Amino acid sequence: MPQATPPSRPGPTKSRTRSTAGATTGPGIAGQLAGQRLFVTGATGFLGTALVERLLRCVPGCHVTVLVRPTRRLDAAARARREILGNDCFARLRHELGDRFDGEVAGRFAAVAGDVGRDGLGLDDAGRGALAAADIVVHSAATVAFDAAFDAAVEVNLLGPARVGAAIAAAADLRAELRPGAPPTHLVSVSTAYVAGTHQGHATETLATAAMASGARARTHTTVTTEVDIAAEVTAVRRLRDDLEAASRRPERLGGFTAAARRELGAAGVHLLAERAERLRDDWVRAELVEAGRARAQALGWPDAYAFTKALGERLLVGEHGDLPITVVRPSIIESALAEPQPGWIRGFRMAEPIIVSYARGLLREFPGLPEGVIDVIPVDLVVAAIVAVAADGPDPAGPSVVQVASGVRNPLRYGQLVDLVQRWFTDHPLYDGDGQPIVVPEWSFPGHGRVQRQLQRATDVLKLAERLLTSLPLRGERAELAGRVEERRMQAERARSYVELYGAYTETEALFRVDRLLALWERLSPEDQRAFCFDPGVVDWDAYVHDIHLPSVVQHARVRTTPGKSVMANRGDRARRAILAPDRHLAAFDLENTLVASNVVESYTWLATRHLPAGERAAFAARILAAAPGLAAVDRRDRGDFLRGFYRRYDGAPADVLRRDGLELFHNLLLAKSFPAGIARVRRHRALGHRTVLITGALDFVVEGLRPLFDEVVCAELGVDAEGRVDGRLVRLPPTGEARALVLAEYAEAEGLDLGEGVAYADSASDLPLLECVGFPVAVNPETKLAAIARRRGWHVEHWDRAATRPPLPMGPLDGAASRWWARIDHALRESR
Amino acid sequence: MSPRPGYVLEVDRSTPPTLFWHGEGYRLERLPQGSRVVYAPEPIEPLADPVAAVRHALDHPLGDSQPLRSLLRPGMRLTIAFDDVSLPLPPMRRPDNRQLVIEQVLDLAAEAGVDDVVLIAALALHRRMTEAELRHALGDRIYDAFAPHGLLRQHDAEDPSELVHLGTTDQGEDVELSRRAAESDLLVYVNINLVAMDGGHKSVATGLASYRSLRHHHNAHTMRHSRSFMDQHRSELHSSNWRMGRLIAASGVRVFQIETTLNNDAFPEQFRFLQRREWEWSARDRAAFVASSAALARTPARLARSVLHGIAGPHRMTSVQAGEVEAVHAVTTGHVHAQQLVEVDGQSDVLTMGLPYISPYNVNSIMNPILVACLGLGYFFNLYRGRPLVREGGVLIMSHPTRKAFHPGHHPSYIDFYEEILAETTDPAEIHKWEEAFATDPWYVHLYRTGHAYHGVHPFYMWYWCAHALDHLGAVVVVGGEPSTVRRLGFRPASTLADALEIAADVVGPSPSVTHLHAPPLMIADVR
Repeated sequence: MPQATPPSRPGPTKSRTRSTAGATTGPGIAGQLAGQRLFVTGATGFLGTALVERLLRCVPGCHVTVLVRPTRRLDAAARARREILGNDCFARLRHELGDRFDGEVAGRFAAVAGDVGRDGLGLDDAGRGALAAADIVVHSAATVAFDAAFDAAVEVNLLGPARVGAAIAAAADLRAELRPGAPPTHLVSVSTAYVAGTHQGHATETLATAAMASGARARTHTTVTTEVDIAAEVTAVRRLRDDLEAASRRPERLGGFTAAARRELGAAGVHLLAERAERLRDDWVRAELVEAGRARAQALGWPDAYAFTKALGERLLVGEHGDLPITVVRPSIIESALAEPQPGWIRGFRMAEPIIVSYARGLLREFPGLPEGVIDVIPVDLVVAAIVAVAADGPDPAGPSVVQVASGVRNPLRYGQLVDLVQRWFTDHPLYDGDGQPIVVPEWSFPGHGRVQRQLQRATDVLKLAERLLTSLPLRGERAELAGRVEERRMQAERARSYVELYGAYTETEALFRVDRLLALWERLSPEDQRAFCFDPGVVDWDAYVHDIHLPSVVQHARVRTTPGKSVMANRGDRARRAILAPDRHLAAFDLENTLVASNVVESYTWLATRHLPAGERAAFAARILAAAPGLAAVDRRDRGDFLRGFYRRYDGAPADVLRRDGLELFHNLLLAKSFPAGIARVRRHRALGHRTVLITGALDFVVEGLRPLFDEVVCAELGVDAEGRVDGRLVRLPPTGEARALVLAEYAEAEGLDLGEGVAYADSASDLPLLECVGFPVAVNPETKLAAIARRRGWHVEHWDRAATRPPLPMGPLDGAASRWWARIDHALRESR
Repeated sequence: MSPRPGYVLEVDRSTPPTLFWHGEGYRLERLPQGSRVVYAPEPIEPLADPVAAVRHALDHPLGDSQPLRSLLRPGMRLTIAFDDVSLPLPPMRRPDNRQLVIEQVLDLAAEAGVDDVVLIAALALHRRMTEAELRHALGDRIYDAFAPHGLLRQHDAEDPSELVHLGTTDQGEDVELSRRAAESDLLVYVNINLVAMDGGHKSVATGLASYRSLRHHHNAHTMRHSRSFMDQHRSELHSSNWRMGRLIAASGVRVFQIETTLNNDAFPEQFRFLQRREWEWSARDRAAFVASSAALARTPARLARSVLHGIAGPHRMTSVQAGEVEAVHAVTTGHVHAQQLVEVDGQSDVLTMGLPYISPYNVNSIMNPILVACLGLGYFFNLYRGRPLVREGGVLIMSHPTRKAFHPGHHPSYIDFYEEILAETTDPAEIHKWEEAFATDPWYVHLYRTGHAYHGVHPFYMWYWCAHALDHLGAVVVVGGEPSTVRRLGFRPASTLADALEIAADVVGPSPSVTHLHAPPLMIADVR
């Protein structure tokens, strides 16, 4: 796709004075915009994409340049190709044009790199040329998330329009040079109807600045509040960000983040805990900013930071660049397309969709709202048509003007009616739960805001407590998943609560957005234009729109289960397993304890120690070890490496050759008996596929000797042996723990020329997180609660491998007829040293 | 009072319910009127002085053999091979027949000044015995004298340096044997002949052989043509072993065979009701039945298993004979028949049986589904002479919980056989194509040689064991088994005996004739 360049010849200099009355007899919208150059920001967004498509499809003579922020991977042109032209919005145009699509687009569409968050829009010379050449600039870039961080909303929503205005003003000279005699660039700035707030009464199509200048009374919809010192707001927000960044780095806060990370991940190693703590810090700053934004907006009378920053954005634009030809378009809640490019087209999972889906899945049982209140929804194609018509119509010679695109006055959709429609539709077309059972949607009781919030808060608190409790229990495998399910419910409840907080204001809106100017524009259109660019809110049949267009589209986009049967989950497991066992994989790393065998180093030690104890002392020895187990487990939780080093000292003085012989016996009698046969089969399967297999364990070499034939590489601990052939209790090879496991695997992969991205790793606990994270295909085996939660969140494959039915009741070695007493001596010495 | 012979009961209105073994438990079932129940003969009297009997047998060998005493001389290499843990069932109380015999042999060897003596457990491809099992079979005295010096060995069919190829039979069968056994000046084989299949040339030709040798008779074809393998004269399995045994003798290996038989007094006093006829149960028997079945039903499978595997049978030696293999075995077979033969008149449409917790291959282990199939279709079905108890196209109903449970240390290749092979096919002839891969799998070989695992190929043999029954039967129904597991085996699951009989009626027609094999205790149905 060619970068935009200034046209080499002067463009058409047709005068664009607006027609004054009645239906035009002129060339119509397409004719008026023929030969015009449009410059669109926010084209990768929902509204922007639809606008670009409509211009390319329905206004054959125009040229469209889009401003796109390059990402780290994609430059502006590539991103435009992928995110704008690649969207299914263009399916219709592609179909209509066939082979001509690429040629048509190449001739009429261009992308320039830039960012509305930066002064001068971050344009280069080519970009500035394209902007200067533009006859119409449509500024639709915005942070539309209602829970955006306050500072981001301020930078984009508040300062963005004025930046665009400034860039246009700065390009005026270049424009005069490039297009002598051309009229000044018309800026169509997209705002929101909610800049007027949500309180009862009529909100007219008037700019706040104009209203205040003409001496309107305070506390009307047009002003919301009186003066706001915009510069002071901007300064305050920027300082708030700095303050929060500083506050988040205070030792007590950092301690809190680290503790939270440890609660979540356990002993996952320094790096991962640090990474997680840093993310928690980031999240905290963001959450504080979101909260600050809402508080500030509500303090000044707006429902949220979005409406607030948009309102101030309008004011700043008009205040600083009132001399430019400006039209502000204020749509209400934009939803899926009524007809163009195809019924139901929608981009992204937006405001109402998650609420609707949560309701259909039975998660959101109540949502506050007034049944008789108007929920002001407008299909995206009506907004697009209105913008195109406004662009064709030209600026109001009287100065900056406003056009609202809303349905509330002309064709109101009542909240009660919407709820009824949604409920009926999902009763006829239920979603299905994980067991393939249809979900019955709840009856809606239109409760008040406060009650719902309190209910959800209580639910969240209870679930949080349950989650804490479950996470602290030593659960494994399928029982550990219970904690995962509770966590999921808690997150659902939290999400529901945030929906209520964020969107509650919109379902309780009592404001009526007037569309007089919009309808006047509609009246001026020729019947052909009215057909081609329909934006009359009166045409929407809400019943048909909700049932036949919007809900099917929402369900399709939400990727929820709409068919009964249990197959989906099973298929997912099978698919994951197939991916893991694909020939492209070439490396499989396994943890030992609780991944391949349900045993641990303490059991192995007890077994080996009792092997040669006289019969009478065996049980007592096993009992002593059992009694010490809680203390050992505590050390283990703190630091696995320390635990192993300390524990292995107990082998001090044991004859190495006996240990080696007994180790093999231990393997066959204890480890194999406590193994997960499916795990052993999996190792063998990888080998049969030609994959390298690596065992990474903290166990001692003579304990895992019997497993060696299964692995290409065994990484384990090894004890030193003295001149008399006795083990000295000091480790000559340290067992890899935590991130060392990932390093060991990375070193092995590098030495063997293998790609970790194609590797598989199997482990059972969060302390193996570094190992699991370093490969492309992590598998959680019978995960404990923390890992179960992580695997669930990240969509990792989980295997539940059953233990064989042969568990020995006590980890005691078989009675040795010729019991020697050396173990007893060692045990005695150990007891004395304590 | 001499013991009563076997008995065939016809079920009528007054017959009490019949005991069915059911894995680690048992059930009482009401068989349809007119059904037949085949009971084993009562235990015959054991030898009053087994030690003296052994000594007498060693001094008065059968066939063209010299007395053992005269075969022993200083400086000779003497190897004593003995049956492994698969015999007898349940394990007998100490002293075991093997201990009784080997102690005598060793005394004679010591008297003769023989000092190169090695004991070998004749495992074939079975799992290596544990120390406790060896001590139980041989006694502590022998174990402590030989094991610490490496003179108590277990046959390793995967150690090339320990094997020797003696040649091929006229049918092209390889004979590969334990080198130590084959190269000894005298090989003494000590056997416990629990069922008619055991002993004879099979002792050495199978027990001390390798996969290369065994594959010639352990296969679907041979087993289809062994009708039954409990009847040496109609068993292709035995014909092959006899050819090999004669080749072994011809190649200069001197075998002195010592065979012993047991009576069928298999269960101790508190479980005596298991081998009594139900209408003769005393109040004590009834109480023992109620108490033990209630206790076992409430015990986790793992614990119930360890309780039952702890049972040592009170069976005792009924005969011992020594000398030349074929002459010895002919006498031995007579003793086995004396204890076990029951005359049965004609076949029936349906054969029912209750399968116990134990089979030759899960001593101190788990009876996995493949062993369930083998015990029912291999061993119990073949407990006949003449004709099978069930007609061709008839139905076999077995009662067993048939859980999908495996011992990963003892039966590792069984798990993969179950998951991979049986998922593909249950046809014994068809599974052959995977046999080689399992037999040579290095992981299985490693576990067989260094641990206590059955050889990788062993589950195939278990399935070949079923070949004759699978050929003969119209359907197999398992009562009370895990349905998915039963289906994997290719059988039909039923929750009650009544349901099973209905399923059977679909195959063999309405009102089928039913015979119940009331085993264990073991018997051979002599079907006329």
